[in-house]
Amino acid sequence: MPARISSEPTPATAPIVEATELTRVFGPRQAVAGVSFSLAAGECLAVFGPNGAGKTTMLRVLAGLLKPTSGTARVSGIELPGGALARSRVGLISHHTMLYEALSPRENVAFAARLYGIRDAGARVDDALRRMAMLDRANASVRSLSRGMQQRVSIARAMVHSPQLVLADEPYSGLDDAGARALTALLQELRSAGTAIIIVTHNIVEGLSLATRAAVMQAGRFIRQDTADRIDASTYAAAYREALAASG
Amino acid sequence: MLLNARTDTEVKLPLLPSIAGLSVAGAVARAAFFTPLEARQGAAQKIFYIHVPAAWVAFMAFFLVAIASGVYLWLRDHRLDQFAESSAEVGVIFTTVVLITGPLWARPIWGTWWAWWDVRLVSTLFLWFIYVSYIVLRGAVESPGLRARYSAILGILGALLIPFIHLSVYLFSTMHPMPIVGKPSKPSLPSEMLVTLLLSLGAFTLLYFAFVRSRYRYAVERDAAAAGAPSYA
Amino acid sequence: MAEILFTAWLIARKDLTIEFRTRSAFFSAVVFALLALVIFYYAWDPTAVTPTDLAPGIMWVIFTFSGLLGLHRSFGVEAADHAIDGLLASPVSRESIFLGKAIANLIFVAAVQVIAIPALVLFYNVPLGGIAGPLVAIAILAAIGLVTVGTLFSAMAVNTRLAELLLPMLALPFFVPVVMAAAQATAKLLSGRPLIEAAAWIKLLLAFDIVFVAACSLAFPFTVED
Repeated sequence: MPARISSEPTPATAPIVEATELTRVFGPRQAVAGVSFSLAAGECLAVFGPNGAGKTTMLRVLAGLLKPTSGTARVSGIELPGGALARSRVGLISHHTMLYEALSPRENVAFAARLYGIRDAGARVDDALRRMAMLDRANASVRSLSRGMQQRVSIARAMVHSPQLVLADEPYSGLDDAGARALTALLQELRSAGTAIIIVTHNIVEGLSLATRAAVMQAGRFIRQDTADRIDASTYAAAYREALAASG
Repeated sequence: MLLNARTDTEVKLPLLPSIAGLSVAGAVARAAFFTPLEARQGAAQKIFYIHVPAAWVAFMAFFLVAIASGVYLWLRDHRLDQFAESSAEVGVIFTTVVLITGPLWARPIWGTWWAWWDVRLVSTLFLWFIYVSYIVLRGAVESPGLRARYSAILGILGALLIPFIHLSVYLFSTMHPMPIVGKPSKPSLPSEMLVTLLLSLGAFTLLYFAFVRSRYRYAVERDAAAAGAPSYA
Repeated sequence: MAEILFTAWLIARKDLTIEFRTRSAFFSAVVFALLALVIFYYAWDPTAVTPTDLAPGIMWVIFTFSGLLGLHRSFGVEAADHAIDGLLASPVSRESIFLGKAIANLIFVAAVQVIAIPALVLFYNVPLGGIAGPLVAIAILAAIGLVTVGTLFSAMAVNTRLAELLLPMLALPFFVPVVMAAAQATAKLLSGRPLIEAAAWIKLLLAFDIVFVAACSLAFPFTVED
């Protein structure tokens, strides 16, 4: 399917990612049931919700792994499914590391860089590894690393091509304190540089510290969506607990 | 499977399966008692009236599986997948009938149970392999969407394989002529035999539709029940 | 087009690097092939059938089963930590993923055959004479057919229960025309018949390759995307 790309470069205030009644069904089951939001450059949306709410499915649609069933979604102005161009603008972090265990961190990140079309990626690979504090173990095999270190490499891998949109699905899972600090610093740096971020997490405090917007998702819908100035950690925690109770 | 136990109707004999069943019984009876013996082959030739129609239905069923598979990948309508699943399970039964009646016919006529040079018999064997792979594949995939896509791919590729099997065995048979006792050439059928064959063909086709319809209903009910159960995303 | 080839080679090289690091699948396939040669030899009475006559059939049967050993790891490496998601979320086209995997598998199969075929020639006293060239051509065509179908089915099998059993079951019916054509052509060549008599089988192999490379490349995106 050809991607429709806006003819002008994305202006500073145009949304990096937007969704209008985005829906994804699997047979009779509505995993994502009409989600709408909009994120401009430098904004961060934190999404909370119980297991099975559709958060991962929503991220997989935005990452180009699944096609939307109905509704619209745009990444960098490209309507999904947007093919290679849309995917090139996105970086995906998951709680699966998506790494090749027999290769080293450097080889994994370099392979990813080449997949995204970066030639002579050496410096960028080193930079990505350094920012996640993995440069000193860059040549060991991934198999020999702890879970936390593997997650750090996975994050470096997702960032090496300087995506405009970062989709982070439980990125803190497996990270130790040092790794978590490195990740938070990295995400904040990206936000200042204009990257849009959607972060799915169970850690409300951590998530809200990065967010400019927040939403609670349940049964495929955003049952609550607020901007930064109206966010309050305790009311969000309460809304999250309500959603957990409602999902049974 | 032939008698539908539907709760919304009183117990009355369902129409299609009854007609199909009677047709098959009638065709078999006609073949056995009311069709003349073939001159060279004698009584064994009567298996022909089951063997050939079963083969016709077996291949037709797979042809339909392949078509449904292709259209499913295009339209993603799960009813096409349910039909393909049904046609495959019914098709494997007819294919098994062909593979059993084949040797029963071959042994008295050709002097051997199996004939590796016979293009039709070997093609049917491979049809059977593909049917069984299809059914096992379906059983090995949990997610309905993935199962439908994988089955559809196998359905289409399987249809592409059969002509190659046909060609390979034909080539093999021309290069390695086997000594056969009295291999029958394609018979020109006298009208009585032709009529019996056609009647049998019609009866088996009706049976196919009866089976598939029943199996399709089962698939629809089963999927509806699975959807209603709580899903763990 | 160049883009697809370039990316495919990138992916193939990554797969081969991983395989080279562990080497376990390669050694298993080679040892399997050599052991099969031994077993087949002792399974027949060498006065009733000369090893030379048995050689073509055995060559291609072993080729098929040792090829299967290598195919399974092709997508296994992607399933381990959901690395396949990393590939699918990147800009690479699905066609290049298939092509890359197939190229890696082709090189793997070729590497095993580079050891297995000379071993066969040695153990079975096969008079290669002037037929080495045509034999290599047959081997390449057969390998392409095997690898194309095998790569597609391994992409599917990796997501199922009983993956190791399912892959042979799905793939072997498709390997039969390949094995038949390769073995019959090889037998013709080995018994000194002119190339023209093996031509029909070689044409069959070529037709199979063309049809199934096209069909499997078209089918592959459906196995990974929804």
